[in-house]
Amino acid sequence: MKKIVVAKTGNEAMAEAMRQINPDVVAAYPITPATEVVQIFSGFVADGRVDTEFVPAESEHSALSACVGAAAAGGRVMTSTASQGLALMHEVLFIAAGLRLPIVICEVNRALAGPINIHCDHSDTMASRDSGWLQIYSENSQEAYDNTIQAMKIAEKVFLPAIVSVDAFIISHSMERLEILPDDEVRSFIGEHRKPYDLLDIAHPITLGGLDLQDYFFEHKRQEIEAMKEAKTAVIEVGKEFGEKFGTSYGFFEEYRMDGADIAIIALGSTAGTSKVVVDTLRAKGMKVGLFKIRVFRPFAFEEIKKSLEHIKAIGVLDRADGMSSIGGPVFHEIRSSLYESEKRPFITNYIYGLGGRDIFPKDIETVYRELNEIAEKDEVKNLINYIGVRE
Amino acid sequence: MKEIFEIRWHGRGGQGAKTAALLLGDAALSTGKYIQAFPEYGPERMGAPVQSFDRLSDKPITIHSGITNPDIVIVLDPTLMKSIDVTDGLAEDGHLIINTHKSPDEIRKEFNIKGRKIATCDAYKISEDTIGKKIPNTPMLGALIKVTGLLDFEKMLKDTEEKMQKKFSGRPEIVKGNIESMKRAYEEVKQE
Amino acid sequence: MKKGWKELAIGTQITKPGSSEDFKTGDWRTERPIIDFDKCIHCLICWIYCPDSSIDVRDGKIASINYDFCKGCAICVEECPKDAITMHSEVEFEK
Repeated sequence: MKKIVVAKTGNEAMAEAMRQINPDVVAAYPITPATEVVQIFSGFVADGRVDTEFVPAESEHSALSACVGAAAAGGRVMTSTASQGLALMHEVLFIAAGLRLPIVICEVNRALAGPINIHCDHSDTMASRDSGWLQIYSENSQEAYDNTIQAMKIAEKVFLPAIVSVDAFIISHSMERLEILPDDEVRSFIGEHRKPYDLLDIAHPITLGGLDLQDYFFEHKRQEIEAMKEAKTAVIEVGKEFGEKFGTSYGFFEEYRMDGADIAIIALGSTAGTSKVVVDTLRAKGMKVGLFKIRVFRPFAFEEIKKSLEHIKAIGVLDRADGMSSIGGPVFHEIRSSLYESEKRPFITNYIYGLGGRDIFPKDIETVYRELNEIAEKDEVKNLINYIGVRE
Repeated sequence: MKEIFEIRWHGRGGQGAKTAALLLGDAALSTGKYIQAFPEYGPERMGAPVQSFDRLSDKPITIHSGITNPDIVIVLDPTLMKSIDVTDGLAEDGHLIINTHKSPDEIRKEFNIKGRKIATCDAYKISEDTIGKKIPNTPMLGALIKVTGLLDFEKMLKDTEEKMQKKFSGRPEIVKGNIESMKRAYEEVKQE
Repeated sequence: MKKGWKELAIGTQITKPGSSEDFKTGDWRTERPIIDFDKCIHCLICWIYCPDSSIDVRDGKIASINYDFCKGCAICVEECPKDAITMHSEVEFEK
């Protein structure tokens, strides 16, 4: 099989994956920095390169509502958005998941207002983390492309919708080397469209989205919870199959030089890539450091994470969003919760960073490793919650 | 060559600083390099000072921080020199390549630049002669390759020509003018 | 016996069409409409207006009221041009 090497931005990479998936319907509304995804895709529609019905909606709320209708009618459906757009979709996110519709959103992680901002942080997707959507974070353009293809397949295996995200501008607008798979390989990988039901199947009429009160709502939610558990198996199966066919396997997380590591940083998205540079530098100096990159945040791999991290002495969790709980960010909470049952229970501290696009440099990450090293040596945490690069 | 080569482009909104960074990245990719090319993030405004960046390497590039200490700085508009310190963060032995009719020596004296290797190229004149418009980005690519030897120039010309032919199909004069501008800048760039 | 989550169709589907027939709403009623067929001209206006489709029509004529579903809203009484329908307390019909 011949892969094509091209230079593409994260947005272009996701649009390319969408073209190859060739969804039945894309309903969307443009928003910085995700505009390009649907702009490029609408070009594919205009040029007849896809068979998609493209619906330019009047808002993100309408866009995702149209997606819900199209998916319920039996279509393979995708869209793209960012930040305020995802926030405006919020209500419909829960409906799509509740109706078990395998819609895929190509999302660009941008800070939620206010204050208004267009740059990267993870507050938008983190605010959607309990909506019943799978969440896959991408380190670079290549992962954005690979993840979009896999997300479609995973979503249709368990009948839950999925968000694939990239960091605003840092990845969405950064051109990188990208290996593209042949169209037919992508199509055979995702396979025939699997739908949970079909509203247009008049031989088997169904009612959908009826008022669901005390006597049935809980059962339907219980099914959704079970689907999210099943998604754990699907993520692994699809990631493994992707590796067997195309050379790069994917799982819940990536362990970068974690062998024999005493201290580790946990990061999502592009910062994981920057952290790898620092790991290499510090390893060369003899420090036993590693990086634990979380790829799939929903479903959250509690047991697997516990197993992988419990032998580490000190862990620094990098959160590109603050949960406004007064005690740190969402990734921090879930990592700490994962390790509660561990007898070894590593020290775990939280670093809030990069809000509203504040850049993070290797020297910042090196500082985190040095602080973790001190915690490991002194058996003592000075500051549980820390903020990187904010002016005091 | 260093493990990762970092380049910063200075221009004005609308001058093609972003396009130049993307063209260079694309051309470098076709010679087998790993690349990153990205604009200064934010709303684009015609005429306002803007920056764009490239990273080139023989190995995969995982860093995703901004570029603060480039090895090469390219200035697409000479008037930017008065309002911006284009040497900010530029390595002591780094290259500063400026679109100006002045000589490197004149620039060094006028702006009191210490260290660095200065090169100048009258990209406005070249682009007016070859493309018929003040479009400094493609000629400056030619100057960059001559000064740094980063890529094989012939390969790059071929790659750029192919990409432009796709973008400007039906307007061969634009492709021809741009390629000619790169060749002339390659010949005419003045170095210390 | 209501189904548990493992047996229910996913995604809130109701797979049996017309299942509202199983949900009798007649016991919501405190008064019931009764048609005086001496006055009724079979104009079908009550049939058009009934929100619960509880007016039975046979061969183009008003036949009866379906008390399994009639909620006793009295819209038919209000709309009848011949005042052929009147409401009567359910207590009268208790035995």
